[in-house]
Amino acid sequence: MSRIIASIILVFAVTFTACANDSTKNKQTAIAGGLKLPPGFKATVVADKLGQARHIVVNSNGDIYVKLERLKDGKGILRLRDTNGDAVADETFAFGNYGGTGIAIKNGYLYASSNSEVYRYKFNAKNEIENPDNPEVIVKGLVDKRQHASKSLVLDDKGNIYVTIGAPSNACQETDRTAGSPGQTPCPILETAGGVWLFRTDQLNQTYAEGIRYVTGLRNVVGLDWNYSMNELYVTQHGRDQLNQLHPTQYTVEQNAELPAEEFFMAKQGMDFGWPYCYYDPLQKKKVLAPEYGGDGKTEGQCGTKEKPLYAFPAHWAPNALLFYTGTKFGDKYKNGAFIAFHGSWNRAPLKQGGYNVVFVPMKDGKPNGEYEIFADDFAGGEEFLTPAKAQHRPCGLAMGTDGSMYISDDKGGTIWKIIYTGEK
Amino acid sequence: MKKISIVVFMLIGFIAISFTHDQPDIKASIQRGKKVYEKACLTCHQADGEGVPRLNPPLSKTKQVLGNKEKLIRIVLQGLNEEVEINGEYYDNPMPAQPQLTNQEIADVLTFIRNSFGNKATAVLITDVKTVRGKIK
Repeated sequence: MSRIIASIILVFAVTFTACANDSTKNKQTAIAGGLKLPPGFKATVVADKLGQARHIVVNSNGDIYVKLERLKDGKGILRLRDTNGDAVADETFAFGNYGGTGIAIKNGYLYASSNSEVYRYKFNAKNEIENPDNPEVIVKGLVDKRQHASKSLVLDDKGNIYVTIGAPSNACQETDRTAGSPGQTPCPILETAGGVWLFRTDQLNQTYAEGIRYVTGLRNVVGLDWNYSMNELYVTQHGRDQLNQLHPTQYTVEQNAELPAEEFFMAKQGMDFGWPYCYYDPLQKKKVLAPEYGGDGKTEGQCGTKEKPLYAFPAHWAPNALLFYTGTKFGDKYKNGAFIAFHGSWNRAPLKQGGYNVVFVPMKDGKPNGEYEIFADDFAGGEEFLTPAKAQHRPCGLAMGTDGSMYISDDKGGTIWKIIYTGEK
Repeated sequence: MKKISIVVFMLIGFIAISFTHDQPDIKASIQRGKKVYEKACLTCHQADGEGVPRLNPPLSKTKQVLGNKEKLIRIVLQGLNEEVEINGEYYDNPMPAQPQLTNQEIADVLTFIRNSFGNKATAVLITDVKTVRGKIK
């Protein structure tokens, strides 16, 4: 009998210890929502399993608009609404019959992009979209050749809309991603892609003819934001892939994993960032000639005149969103700093992948003022994660709420998180 | 009698050799194919053959890998740069042509992928690759 009692006590003790360990772990990692955050921050899941949630934006009344890359139940935009104030979306309205990435709100309009057009929807006085089935076409006919086809967008205060047009190519070779194929000079892709184009918000049905190539030499920009303290556009570039696979005698697998840097730029009109002729080597801290254009990994050539990054991030991390935090709720450290969502790498294989996180870079006078730190982590699913297909979540979009909170979207698990600062350690 | 046994031995030997020739050792081909995969395919299709979501296609349990061998051999020899649906998803990156691989390497690597990542299918033979390469030229 006493043995049975002892056994029962043991079972209880083990169960209790297991539970205690779990709750301790939860506290250390702010595990609500499964994310690892700095002390004092808390994540809650606003919604999940939404589909391929790309960029997001929050309206003044708290509604969250999510752009889906692929249609879900025939719709490409979701409006998530929290009607009872518990930070969980309890009402979803879906509209828009096109997939895409870009979404933004400006001066009473919602702007959203497919991979070749930009549309807009007018809000009425009640902050409801007036014309969910009949948006105006602002821009049409942009290059969409599958690769790097996302058309991210941002607006300024002067009626301008900035649209990224990624190059449908890795390095502008005659035959893309093929060993031995030479780089094209001049690269014809740059006429209609590989940069950011400027359009107007007061004109419908604009094409390349009405647009201005605002900046060029950008292989693929998905993350961008307007910096109101500097009144300038800032962008993050996905650097080129496959230095080792395409040039095995010039680059090792290890070099391939660390070259080139993912770059963070201020983009002033007329700037040229160097793609496809140049790439940025973070170890040498300079732009060097790409091997498709005769480069040997050291020669600068024409690259000395190309714009350098404000900040160089590890290779292949894939920066998919940029957000300048203009709120006050996160504290002085974060005010006007830059959050960048890294979708996560694939081209570091066979070495360990990287990214799959949201980082923070402190900023001062429009420039990084210190080293980056990982702000939100563990999207992919912890240490055992090895390959992109196994990642549970991939951060893709960032937005700030009017209450100073930050939202993160994920295009793998379809999750939207709300991040707030509570101060509770 | 001695003569007959020599003839019988030679006959058995001949049959054995021709049998091996017609039915190459699939295990050896898979082993060689793994090395080719690591060199030519792994970065894009990844160590687990699952590819990269929406960029580089998975190789596990897809009709492109397990189906028609000629089509599969053509993807390696000629590359593929068009919208292809694989198990309900689309993939953006082009597959580069790999004509520099030998017929042996292509047979081995395709036999490897057809028998890895949860796949099980017949071997791709050197003669299969040779025939398709001949049609392309």
